[in-house]
Amino acid sequence: MSDFVAYEDKKLKTIGTRPLRPDGVDKVTGRARYGADINLPGQLYGSVLRSPHAHAKIKSIDVSKAKALTGVKAVITSKDFEDMPSQVIPVGELVANFRDVTRNVMAREKVLYDGHAVAAVAATSETIAKKAINLIKVEYEVLPHVIDVADAMNEDAPLLDENQFTQGEIRVLGGDSTKEPVPDKPSNIAKRLTFVKGDIDSGFKDAHLILERVFATKPVHQGYIEPHASVASYTEDGQVELYTCTQGHFTIRAQCAKLLSMDVSKIKVIPTELGGGFGGKNNVYLEPLAITLSKIARRPVKMVMSRNEVFRASGPSPAGRTYVKLGLNKKGKIIAADAQIDMQSGAFPGTPLGQATITCFTRYDIENVRVIGHDVISNRPKVAAYRAPGAPVAAFGVESVIDEAAKKLSIDPIDIRILNAAKEGTQTYYGVKFPRIGFEETLIKAKQHKNYQIPLKENQGRGVATGFWMNIGMDTTASLNVNDDGTIAVSVGTIDVAGGSRASLAMMVAEEFGIDSDKVRVTTGDTSQLGFNFVTAGSRGTFAGGIVSVLAARDAIEECKLRAAKTWNVKDEEVVWENGFARPASTNVGPFEPLSLSEIARNATRTGGPIAGHCEKNVQGAGPSFGTQIVDVEVDKETGSVKILRHTIVQDAGKAIHPAYVEGQYQGGAVQGIGWALNEEYIYGEDGRLQNPGFLDYRVPVASDVPFIDVEIVEVPNPYHPYGVRGIGEVPIIPPTAAIANAINDAIGVRFETLPLSPPKVLSAIIGN
Amino acid sequence: MIMDFHAPSTIDELSSLLSNSSEKKHLLAGGTDLLVQMQSQIIEPSTVIDIKNISEMMEIKDDVDGFYVGAAVSGMTIIEHQAFSDTWPGVIDGVKLIGSIQIKGRASMGGNLCNASPAADSTPAMIASDAKAIILGSKGKRDMLVEDFILGPGKNILKSDEVLVGIKFPKKRNNSSGAYLRFTPRTEMDIAVAGVGVNISLGDKFQIEHAKVSIGAVAEKALVAEAAAKVLIGKKVDEEVIEKFVSEVRNLARPIDDKRGTVEFRKQVIGVLAKRALNIALERISHG
Repeated sequence: MSDFVAYEDKKLKTIGTRPLRPDGVDKVTGRARYGADINLPGQLYGSVLRSPHAHAKIKSIDVSKAKALTGVKAVITSKDFEDMPSQVIPVGELVANFRDVTRNVMAREKVLYDGHAVAAVAATSETIAKKAINLIKVEYEVLPHVIDVADAMNEDAPLLDENQFTQGEIRVLGGDSTKEPVPDKPSNIAKRLTFVKGDIDSGFKDAHLILERVFATKPVHQGYIEPHASVASYTEDGQVELYTCTQGHFTIRAQCAKLLSMDVSKIKVIPTELGGGFGGKNNVYLEPLAITLSKIARRPVKMVMSRNEVFRASGPSPAGRTYVKLGLNKKGKIIAADAQIDMQSGAFPGTPLGQATITCFTRYDIENVRVIGHDVISNRPKVAAYRAPGAPVAAFGVESVIDEAAKKLSIDPIDIRILNAAKEGTQTYYGVKFPRIGFEETLIKAKQHKNYQIPLKENQGRGVATGFWMNIGMDTTASLNVNDDGTIAVSVGTIDVAGGSRASLAMMVAEEFGIDSDKVRVTTGDTSQLGFNFVTAGSRGTFAGGIVSVLAARDAIEECKLRAAKTWNVKDEEVVWENGFARPASTNVGPFEPLSLSEIARNATRTGGPIAGHCEKNVQGAGPSFGTQIVDVEVDKETGSVKILRHTIVQDAGKAIHPAYVEGQYQGGAVQGIGWALNEEYIYGEDGRLQNPGFLDYRVPVASDVPFIDVEIVEVPNPYHPYGVRGIGEVPIIPPTAAIANAINDAIGVRFETLPLSPPKVLSAIIGN
Repeated sequence: MIMDFHAPSTIDELSSLLSNSSEKKHLLAGGTDLLVQMQSQIIEPSTVIDIKNISEMMEIKDDVDGFYVGAAVSGMTIIEHQAFSDTWPGVIDGVKLIGSIQIKGRASMGGNLCNASPAADSTPAMIASDAKAIILGSKGKRDMLVEDFILGPGKNILKSDEVLVGIKFPKKRNNSSGAYLRFTPRTEMDIAVAGVGVNISLGDKFQIEHAKVSIGAVAEKALVAEAAAKVLIGKKVDEEVIEKFVSEVRNLARPIDDKRGTVEFRKQVIGVLAKRALNIALERISHG
């Protein structure tokens, strides 16, 4: 347990206040430098030729005309990348099969989705690069394709990989994990993962009410405003400098090193300001192409995706079909729960199957559980993480069925959840026994919320749903320097993924030192300056980044105390640190005036040199976060249009370091959930081509689509963070789909099981009824 | 790519540029369609002519015979023109729906018309208002009703030497008003799945004296719904009249199935919008 950093309940000065974020002004004035804002002297412009087919054999690629075009300096295809064996290996703490990664960044034998990269060029201008792309001749043999996850699981579905045989694993709580026998026929199902707790058959036998439903969620895009952009420079002595917009510059470095067979030390990745990622900027797309083009052309190469490319070749979220069966007793207690989640993974295996299955029922304390998850490939871009990856897919079904059960048993939808809520000590089906958590608190506060009492009018309805996310710690580092004026510079390896983590980290460091937070400047260090950091994902930025920043501060404070002891010529332990000053531990030590941080800093040269602190740590003890949301809708029965009237979020943050940014995270996540519920979907034509690769026909919500979202922050401290922080970014996207569907059901009596709840679908259900 | 760029300051200069050669020339007002098409490589213009330095293209005039709006006047300028807004609220409904405020700061009603999208938001209201397109060519000026200006998706009646100079609105009828409503899945920043422009005037006994209705996004171009308007003329609006009106509007719509909506959905919604737009126009008349 020594790996944990314990929570201390103490009086706080800075934490909980709302100072302006350090990156805010640059962002609103346009000064912030995002990926596409980076330019290097002498740079070339890269462009990618992408497959127009969903599934085809590449018979030949002729690049001669493109190479001959004046201004073209390099043309690459899969021949410029080493093939990699099929082997799932950890790289930069991510687990990936590099046979697939190398094929995803550049198609080899086959193209597997509309938008799959086939070749790339670097030229002296964007116009020439685009012209060159059109001069590349690719001969394809078009193959039958499959888009939808349910179709891909059919026995006669076109196979993307003839050598893929389903790998099955069953994990029984309290028992062993067993492998299922390998089937003799290949299929698009890469993996099956089963969790078992108790005995569902006997549970269902005792049930008073059994509900069994099938749901479908559509893959959606993360929708970050900033498109992928990278600038790479490969020097004559084989060193790489790579500017890229990413959530994990260290893992990008690791992936590039593996793909390009380079030493990690030869690649320096400098992360740019991030214009949103939400999980979609953890993977390499342009980076290895830009490096390879730069290596050949001997000039820096800049590559920026268009929105069309972002939609066709990056993301989307995982999604799929979910079967849910619940058995309840008369009082509404869930006694058995069964689910099967069929997750579409895109062209290569690797959907967040673990997350979907783990989060499926985990908000509730249920004795008998079985959850089966399938990882299914189809002819779409390889999925990327998206805010609580996998969890909304399962939650949409589970929270809808619970709502139906509450209605059937005439129980208030919040009460039925309180009755079943997981608490401290609840044994989950995936192994963890919960420490102190705040789920029940969110439910109770939601029920008391004034918005829950507002009477509804005709065609209006109210829906409730909940969400859970485990959160993670992982490898994290920070380096802190006390400047000679007593201000502090902190360099962290986590990315401010736009949630304001630099502000929160500065506040925690300021709290430790007892100084104002505007005296602390937090920046993100590049890969050459710090030890390895895992991607900033899983809601770990403020949690894990916070722990290493606090420990680095404590490290520096210890040094400050030593310097004071030296100045006063007393024993080290006779100095304490309080409110920004070194003080004698007691009056017995001597009549010394307290030394401020700036006094100590000013004298640092004379007391031994610059003062610094650092921390490199595999952070443990992430606190699970839970949330409850209430949505009120009004349905226009003549057009099928659904208006969100009120949206209320009650979520446990552990501790809100900067409450405004916690509120922002809650609201932002909920808006993304609203988009997922109402209008967002990929529209594929019969030919397997994406028909809506742009924000006009791929409808993320705009500001006028959502009301002001009311937020109530619950604070049940995480026992394993010095200030009680839990990750908060993932949970808010989980409840909206079901909460909205439940609200529509409440308004018009129709229960929708397939997303999105777009006007044509809602209207046809109304007219049909 | 080498592009010729001109920015004439008079109509005559523009006219001579247009008749200069037979080469295709692209006119630039707000550029909100042109630049998007260039960016997505739909067009690669060799000649672009900016028309925003020409005063006739940039003015709103309140003449004795009605308003004139220059073809390049931005949407926000139109919206903020109080007298025009008071006179043609239905047209303003349409202009307000063209993109964001920033887009409307550049985008013009003339451009919206020339772009000839079947879903153009300002077009049905212009048609319902009996607006005319003023065209200048090497052989002089001509004008025609807006409904005759558009030929089909992306196609207008302009010849290579011609340009839309402005839009002329008639004198407003007594006791009249209008409205435009569209349906989009999102509340803003979206493209009409169906749209209806209505303009009506009432007689002294509250009967409808004049009615013109135009429906958008449910055919290859905005249509004049004459049969639907006929249902209204001479009648006081009641449930029975509205029901007939709605069903005529639905009959006239001939939408297609596409990624933005189905035939069934569009037919249903166009009727609902027509009814609602009619009610807004009536309400506007009663509020003077």
